This record gives sequence, C-alpha cells and structure tokens, in this order.
Amino acid sequence: MNQLRPNSFRLSPDARGRFGPFGGRFVAETLMPLILEVEQAYEAAKRDPAFDTEWRRLLTHYVGRPSPLWYAGRLTEHLRQEAGKGRGAAAPEAHGAKIYFKREELNHTGAHKINAVLGQILLAKRMGKTRIIAETGAGQHGVATATACALFDLPCTVFMGATDVERQQPNVFRMKLLGAEVMPVTSGAATLKDAMNEALRHWVANVEDTYYCIGTVAGPHPYPVMVRDFQCVIGEETREQVLAAEGRLPDALVCAVGGGSSAMGLFFPFLDDAGVAMYGVEAAGRGLDTAEHAASLNRGRPGVLHGNRTYLLQDAHGQITEAHSISAGLDYPGIGPEHSWLHEQGRVQYVGATDAEALDAFQLCSRLEGIIPALESAHGLAQVIKLAPTMPRDSIIVLNLSGRGDKDIFTVAQHLGVKL
Amino acid sequence: MSGAATNGSRIAGRFAALKQAGRGALVTYLQAYDPDPATSLALLRGLPGAGADLIEVGVPFTDPMADGPSIQRAAQRALKAGATLAGVLALVRDFRAGDAATPIILMGYYNPILAYGIDRFCTDAAASGVDGLIVVDVPPEEADEIEPQAKAAGLDLIRLVAPTTDDARLPRVLAATSGFVYYVSITGITGTRSATAASLEQAIPRIRQHTGLPVAIGFGIRTPQQAAAAARLADGAVVGTALVDTLAGSLDEQGRARPETVRQVLDQVRGLAEAVRDTANRVA
Ligand SMILES: Cc1ncc(COP(=O)(O)O)c(C=O)c1O
Repeated sequence: MNQLRPNSFRLSPDARGRFGPFGGRFVAETLMPLILEVEQAYEAAKRDPAFDTEWRRLLTHYVGRPSPLWYAGRLTEHLRQEAGKGRGAAAPEAHGAKIYFKREELNHTGAHKINAVLGQILLAKRMGKTRIIAETGAGQHGVATATACALFDLPCTVFMGATDVERQQPNVFRMKLLGAEVMPVTSGAATLKDAMNEALRHWVANVEDTYYCIGTVAGPHPYPVMVRDFQCVIGEETREQVLAAEGRLPDALVCAVGGGSSAMGLFFPFLDDAGVAMYGVEAAGRGLDTAEHAASLNRGRPGVLHGNRTYLLQDAHGQITEAHSISAGLDYPGIGPEHSWLHEQGRVQYVGATDAEALDAFQLCSRLEGIIPALESAHGLAQVIKLAPTMPRDSIIVLNLSGRGDKDIFTVAQHLGVKL
Repeated sequence: MSGAATNGSRIAGRFAALKQAGRGALVTYLQAYDPDPATSLALLRGLPGAGADLIEVGVPFTDPMADGPSIQRAAQRALKAGATLAGVLALVRDFRAGDAATPIILMGYYNPILAYGIDRFCTDAAASGVDGLIVVDVPPEEADEIEPQAKAAGLDLIRLVAPTTDDARLPRVLAATSGFVYYVSITGITGTRSATAASLEQAIPRIRQHTGLPVAIGFGIRTPQQAAAAARLADGAVVGTALVDTLAGSLDEQGRARPETVRQVLDQVRGLAEAVRDTANRVA
C-alpha cells in the first residue's frame, strides 16, 4: 500500500527497534542473546506463510474472529440528545457522531489480548521453548496466555502484582482453572510494573527453556513491533468493516492505552490516512493534576524502563513513581514506545479519563447497549462520550471495545457501595 | 603513585599491581546510602583497610531488573534514606578526599543517569573520583548512548559477560569494554545461586581467548572459599549480596544502622580478603 510513501508513520521501528528516539533494547547482557533470538525467530516466522496460516486458523476457529463492528445506536442517540442540550435549541440536529464499537470483548477469553498471545505461543513453539511466563495486570493477558498454554500443552507461570491478585480475583481463579501457576508479586506497589520486573528476573534465570509472552507493545525490541503486528488484525478488520458499512473511513478512532497494544492494533493500519483522527486515552485516575494517575504521556517524561525508552512516570531523579488507576490493566507507569513517538509527532492525541468518568461510562454502556465493558475499555468510552457531541452527525467514531467487564463487577460494585 | 592516579587508569593500575603481587582482587559491592548516608560513608572509608581492592558502589533504583530480593530491599532502604545520583557522587567525593588509590566503580541502571543528564553525569562522576561505570541495562547494542561521554570523561565502561554470551557475540561485547570484564557467573539475578567450579573453569579461559583485560567474577560469590577460588581462577571476585545481607541483618527493627553495623560488614570483608590473599601464598 503506502509503504514507501515518505513521511509515512508506518515504517518504524528501525533495525535497532527505535521509533524515533523511543524503543530499543535496554536489557542486561544475560537477556540480550535471547532477545536477539526472539527477533530472528520472529523475522523468520513472518516470512513463513505456514505460520500466518496457522495463526489465522486459530483466530477464526478458536478466537471467533473477525470480531463484529457494532453500530452503537442507542449510545449514539443518547449522546445526540446530550449534544442538543449542550447547544440549546439552536442546533440540536447538527451534532453527535455515529459510534461504532469494534467488539474485541467478544473474542474467546474476553479481550484483544488473545490475538497477540496466540502469535507468540506459536513463535515459542517454533523456537523450541517448553515453558511460558507472562505478566498480567487486569488478568486478561494472564488468562489469554493460560488459555493458549492449555491448548498447546505448555506449562505456564503468570506473574501478577499482589494488589491486582486481590482486585481481579475472578481472573486469578480462571488462570488456575486453565492450569497456570499464578505468582503474586509483592515488591513495589505490587501491580503491573512489579509483575513485569519479576517476570524479567525469572526469565533471566530460565533463559534456556522459557519464552516470555509480553502482554502489550512494551518491553525490549522486538516485542513492541511484534505485539503490534499481531494486534493489527483489529485495525485491518475495522477498515474493511467500516468501508462495508459506511463506504468510507471513520473520522476518529478511540482506544484506552495501558501499554497500548489494543490502541496500536486499531490505529496502525490507519496511521497514514490523514483524515482519521486518533485518541489514545490514558488513565487519569483521581485526576491528571493529582499524584494518582497512570498518564505517562500527559504527565511523564522520557526515560528507560523494562527494556525500552519511552515516557515514564518518574521523579526528578529518575526513580519510577507508582501509577494509579481503578483499572488494573491501565495501572502502569510507562507506555509502549511507539505511542511516545506518535505523541511527539502529534499523529495521535493522548487524553485522560478519570476513574469516575470510566465508572460512569461503564454503567452507561451497560444500560444503553447491553454490553458490560472492561474498565479499561470504559476509559476509551469516556472519551467517546466527550468527543461524539462535538462532532457533526454524519461523522463516524470507532471505539475499540477491548474487553468485557465481567472481571470488573466486584471492583465496580465496591465503588458503587454495593455488596456482592 | 598516591594522589597522582587519574580516572580510568586507577582500575588498570590496581589490577596490574595485584598481578605483580600474584593474586586476584577482592571487589566489594554495597548500595550507596544503605541504610543511611553516614553509615554508607563509614563503610566506604573502611573498605580499603578491610581488604577491598576495588569498590563497587550500587546506585539505588526503584526497579533493579537484574537484582534479587536482598539488593532490591537495599535499594528501597537507600531511597528511603534520600539517595539520589547527586548524593551518591557526593559520597564518592567524600571517600576520594581520603583515598586517592582505590578504584571506585558505580554500578546501576540507566534511568537515573538519563534523568541527571548523560554529559553532566560523566563529567561530574569523573570529577568526584569515580573510575568506571557498570550500567546494567545498556548492552553493547545501545553503547552509543553513553560510551562517547564516558570515554571523554576518562571513565572506564565495564561490561557484563554472561554465560549466555556466546563466542559469536563475545568479541562485540569485549570491544565495548574497558577497565575489566565483569563475568556474571550464572544465568540469573543477584543473590540467588552460585556457579559451579566446573562451569567457571570453562568460562574464564573462553573469555581470556578474546581479551587481555582483567576478568572479575560476580553474582553468587558469598563465602571466603568461593571468593578465593574465583580470584584464583580469574583476576577478581565480586562479593555483593553476602555483604548486603550482613548489613541488613545488623539493622534494628526500623531498618536503622546499629553501632555494630559497620564493624560487622567490615569484619566479613576482612575474612574474604584474607582468603583471597591466602591464595597468593598458595600460588606463589
Ligand atoms: C480489556 C483490556 N483493554 C485494555 C488493556 C490495556 O492494555 P493495552 O493498552 O496493551 O491494550 C487491558 C490490559 O489488561 C485489557 O485487559
């Protein structure tokens, strides 16, 4: 397609795994040979049509792809009425974009994570690895990894912050049912960052037989590009589906960003379509101007953590600070390096949604569309709720509904003061 | 040459002198500011007298990817005590005021250096009396991040070689190394397990085939016997977690130093040094 067009946003990373100044391979020497081995194996797999065929077979018959593109009619109407109210009687007709949901929550295991997990597990098999480890925040990536490991008969260990083990109990139990071992991590704030530290430490000690299945577009090269490539199935399908439904490309794409894999998957195939605006939604926690959020692009600075250079929440001395979000999957002080680059390039706008806004969106979506979204996805939805009323009626927004919210009902009930 | 040694040459000079003396080096590792700056400085000042030939100073970081629980906790104590990179450099400066000879190597992670500013850091480190750097998460592939600045400031850039570093890769790693080679003797993090004598007896000659630089063995060396064996086989033995554990064990319930903290750690260093020096007699 537009691969060779100068000025393309689709040519990164370079051979060093850099997206502009971001990305790279900042790992200890013990891991470096293994990182290079993963890269070589991935490059070879990409060139092997059989690899793609097998991955797509799994996506179709195991995951249930393509995921539908759903016209969220009631939400659209609701927000049109809101738009009308906001603008008085003068132009009630003029505003309120059409909203579509890309329904990744309908995937097997209930989120987009499985797309990249299956690709990585096939890669691990190719590499002759016999054990899989993963980190998880919300537990969605852990569940997806445990699922693929059950399917491929591979032992699986999932590192999960003890705080997250507490707030995502249903997923912890799911992973165990699937035969995985869940290792609670107590260092630091005992959330996703600490789980990733521990997974990396474990990997260093078990390099011979173990593959580390990273859950997002972060970590050392080649993980950010590899996970993005697998997740691009989201954007590629969306493109076809929206063209079929509307005969044109959308005006805006919206997705929550934790590490940013669901967002990169949706955005990447559209990056060179100048008419498509993009919004990455960071967790603003208790507010961007409080100390409790996970907004690395809006409130962080570039630094190096977990193998790559990217925007990080850190103090003046380069010590990493703790993130906060009601959503365990967004509770991370960094972000994938490609997002840092797209942020600096101005191609994607990164905004925030607070815990409270996400909770409201969570409930609104449940009542209006009969879809209980993941708290992560509810952050994206909160931005749609702000954005749609400002856009003309004939414009189109696609939200990546990255996951379903069953796992979050206990957290939400607690915040709403309901005892389950 | 006391007082005249310049940064960068102190490390080479020390290894050369020890070679002349027919023994390997004892290299100690403690985190700066663990558990507080005053104790940390007292430890630093006591180390050469207790027999440390080279001193590694750990720079505290919130997310030490290559370190086990002992050093993670040391970093937490140090950060709680207010450690910053500037503070660590001040500590080295204070040490250097009383000791012009013992090489000091800072070991840590990249992000605090980035936050400080790479140019300014290398200049300030050299001016404070630092001789070499080990930046754990900057492998040769990313060397251009810091190598030119370190070189310009006269700082050695010591690289890790691991059991996973194969013969094809070894020359590349060694080409980016100066001062000495730090052989990480296990595939794993600090403070977890120890390498077997057999694996070390294979690994060190393999490295020596590719370099004339001194080789120090680290990760998993805890006892005087292990230190003596490593110093005999290579050119130096690095002891870290074992010292950090002794320090941690000497603290009160609030994690504060007690009067015997410094003595207990230095006694252990003396024991290690005796064993390393004893080897010399056996070899000679
Ligand atoms: C449903 C869902 N959406 C989004 C995320 C955030 O991750 P990413 O930004 O990589 O898509 C998670 C992470 O756990 C998730 O479970």
